[in-house]
Parts: sequence; C-alpha cells; structure tokens
Amino acid sequence: MQSERNANFNRNYNDYICSVAPKTKEARTLLRAFFVGGTICCIGQFIRFALEYWAGLSGTELAAYVSMIMIFLGAFLTGIGVYDRIGKYAGGGSIVPITGFANSVVSPAMEFKSEGFVYGTASKMFVIAGPIIVFGVASSVLVGLIYYVYFLVI
Amino acid sequence: MFLKAFAVGGAICTIAQLLINYTKITSGKILVTFLLLGVVLQAFGLYKYLVDFAGAGATVPISGFGYLLAQGAIDGAKESLFGAITGGITAAGAGITAAIVFGYIFALIFRVRSKKN
Repeated sequence: MQSERNANFNRNYNDYICSVAPKTKEARTLLRAFFVGGTICCIGQFIRFALEYWAGLSGTELAAYVSMIMIFLGAFLTGIGVYDRIGKYAGGGSIVPITGFANSVVSPAMEFKSEGFVYGTASKMFVIAGPIIVFGVASSVLVGLIYYVYFLVI
Repeated sequence: MFLKAFAVGGAICTIAQLLINYTKITSGKILVTFLLLGVVLQAFGLYKYLVDFAGAGATVPISGFGYLLAQGAIDGAKESLFGAITGGITAAGAGITAAIVFGYIFALIFRVRSKKN
C-alpha cells in the first residue's frame, strides 16, 4: 500500500519535472557541436600546416606531433578551467576531438587529487580514458592478427 | 583544406551530439564508440580516404585515434606476428604518452575551480 503510493508520487513527480524542466534545444545543440568541433579540427589543421612548413615533418610523425600538441592544449585548457566552459557550450563538439580525450584524463585527475598523488591523481586519471585505451589496443591487436592471417593465406 | 577540415570534423561532432540528444549514452561510451568506429572503418581500409580528404578534420576526432591504431596494426602485420600485436600501440604511443605525461603534470599544477559558473 505504502510502496504503491510512493510509486504514484514518484510518477507524478517525474511528470511534473518533465513538464517544467526546459527542453534541450535540439537544433541549437547540434549547430554548436558542429561549430566548435569544426573549429577545433581547424586548429589541428593549422598546426599540421605549420609543422609541415617550418619543421618539415610528414606522414605518421606529423600526425603524432599534431595529436601531442592538441592533447597538450586540451590538458592545459582543462587545467585553467576553460575547457569545461567550452564543454558546457558545445557538448559533443568538445568531447569527440582528441582534446576531449585529454580533458577526460585531466578532469578526474584534478578532482581526486585530495586522495593522494598515487591512488588519487594517478589512478583516477584513467576512469574514462582507461576503457578507450583498453578497447583501442584490444581491437588493434584483433585487426593486426586478422591481417596477419590474411597476409599469410595470400 | 580548412573548409574541408571544418566540415568533416564538425559533422563527426554533430553525429556525437545526435547520440547525446536522442540516446542515453554517456560521454565515455561515445568516445569508445567513435574510437571503435575508426578502428573498424580503417580495418576495411575506408578511413584513410576520409583522412586524405579532410586532413585534421578526420585525424583530430577520436575516430582518428582509432584509425592510427588500426593502421599501425595493419602495417605491423605486414612485417611479422610481433608487429601485428605491437603495431597498434606503437602507432598510438605518442598520443597515449602525451595524455599521461601532460595529464599528470597539469593535474599536479592546477586546482579544481568552483563550479558556479
């Protein structure tokens, strides 16, 4: 009886919240994600051109340097608290670029600093980035093995 | 080139935003999904065309990281079994190292701001 009434209350409360809470403006969030994501990629492209021109890099080395610099920028902006503000504005536009990967490393690392430099910062760094590395490396090994067998057969 | 990078990078981020809006996938899972998407596309040899077309518009999103992993593994597989296993993380080593080193340094330097604004 009591639980039934509680369930009823909860349902009514949820309906009420849904009617009052502001709906996310779909089109606007999509536009923002597009704009910010595109801008971040343009910054990457600029770094790419700059390194190609002044440092004479190319190929995988160039790509590696670009992603290192982007990660550096993402980590720095997260540190000074700017990236979270961009994230609030852009949503997916700030998560998917590699700077968002850096953000997902630095953010929990800063958050859990109070628990110590080893079990706080160093282990909580990988709360979100851990699965990315696990699935990324595991799937790359899978792809490598499939191709190895493929090259053997051919 | 900048226009292409802007359009493709923006489009990838818009797809992510669509996932956020219409499903209940958390941001961590979205990152993993896009990473695996990059790996799978490059496993079939497709993501390379997007990279050739859009440059940083395709390599800066996390799917470009997946592309790097898969391409490294494929290149390694041409050499040896050892290459097939280590090729992926060798190619992605720079990014992972940068994330760990810079991440740890900046986490030590900076403090969490109040979340009022």
